[in-house]
Amino acid sequence: MSSCNGEDPRILDIKSKIRVVPNFPKPGIMFRDITTLLLDPVAFKNTVDLFVERYKDKNITVVAGIEARGFIFGPPIALAIGAKFVPLRKPKKLPGEVISEEYVLEYGTDRLEMHVGAVEQGDRALMVDDLVATGGTLCAAMTLLEREGAEVVECACVIESLSLKVSYEYV
Amino acid sequence: MFAAENGLRGDPRLQVISEAIRVVPDFPKPGIMFQDITTLMADHKAFKHTVDIFVERYRDMDISVVAGVEARGFMFGPSIALAIGAKFVPLRKAGKLPGEVISESYVLEYGTDCLEMHVGAVQLAERALIIDDLVATGGTLFAAIGLLERAGAEVVECACVIGLPEVKGKFRVNGKRLYVLVEPRQIDDCC
Repeated sequence: MSSCNGEDPRILDIKSKIRVVPNFPKPGIMFRDITTLLLDPVAFKNTVDLFVERYKDKNITVVAGIEARGFIFGPPIALAIGAKFVPLRKPKKLPGEVISEEYVLEYGTDRLEMHVGAVEQGDRALMVDDLVATGGTLCAAMTLLEREGAEVVECACVIESLSLKVSYEYV
Repeated sequence: MFAAENGLRGDPRLQVISEAIRVVPDFPKPGIMFQDITTLMADHKAFKHTVDIFVERYRDMDISVVAGVEARGFMFGPSIALAIGAKFVPLRKAGKLPGEVISESYVLEYGTDCLEMHVGAVQLAERALIIDDLVATGGTLFAAIGLLERAGAEVVECACVIGLPEVKGKFRVNGKRLYVLVEPRQIDDCC
């Protein structure tokens, strides 16, 4: 679900701070760039605050952020709600023992990895990324958490790509 | 300079932080004792101490930009930026940032790599803090300083959670002050 109902002025401000860069990373793609949001301390704080307000009373024990832009939003949320932060990374970046999950790209596949032991049976998890489009990366992320026994409470993203209709049932 | 030699000697938070870091031998290649900060971020108290110490140091230094080096600098930088009211600027590997960028190359053990920053992210005379998880040779920080200065910012300090032995006794990287919380853990320190 989108929380953009036009009533919270913080959301409209956040939306206005996100920049669209045409034809990146390739022709035809209108890239939604959150770096301009990060340049506005008030808008960036409002973004984090909105998530913290939503999740602080949901007994979340793990915030899992997807490399690399999920690393920007996830840790401040984790710190504010008292949860641990777990990075989900591209292959071969995490040292030590990992589990990995494949997901589909437009051309080919990629993999997401998580440390073995980062989460435990019964952990309540929040997934964080900057943007959701097809949901492929989030699906891989959720699977990693669930394979280790965590319960995924919700997936939170700053932006929902408006060009695609997304189903919110990831079961 | 290490935090313990610069006002924080005996601060119990430094030990909590140090003990939360995991050493992984032979990663990414044989002979390297990799300092893994993911265990630090999985320890809420230790992670909070890390951010708090940096915030306490920088909140009254009129810093308007926190620049974090991809990707582990992204895990610490934004929380510091939010707490001190500064903007956060990601410094990224080549080709990741959309739009117009400036880039600076740096030397690796074999070959070179490249760091990029958005044009217009920082303004002339802004006071900047650079953040990364670990400093070894200082090559990456060197490139980061180059980017910030080319954009007209003044780099006030470089801050890292961990400093390898190469930086012991060093107070500066490329003329800029360096502030480090802890030394690397040895494999024998870990249970």
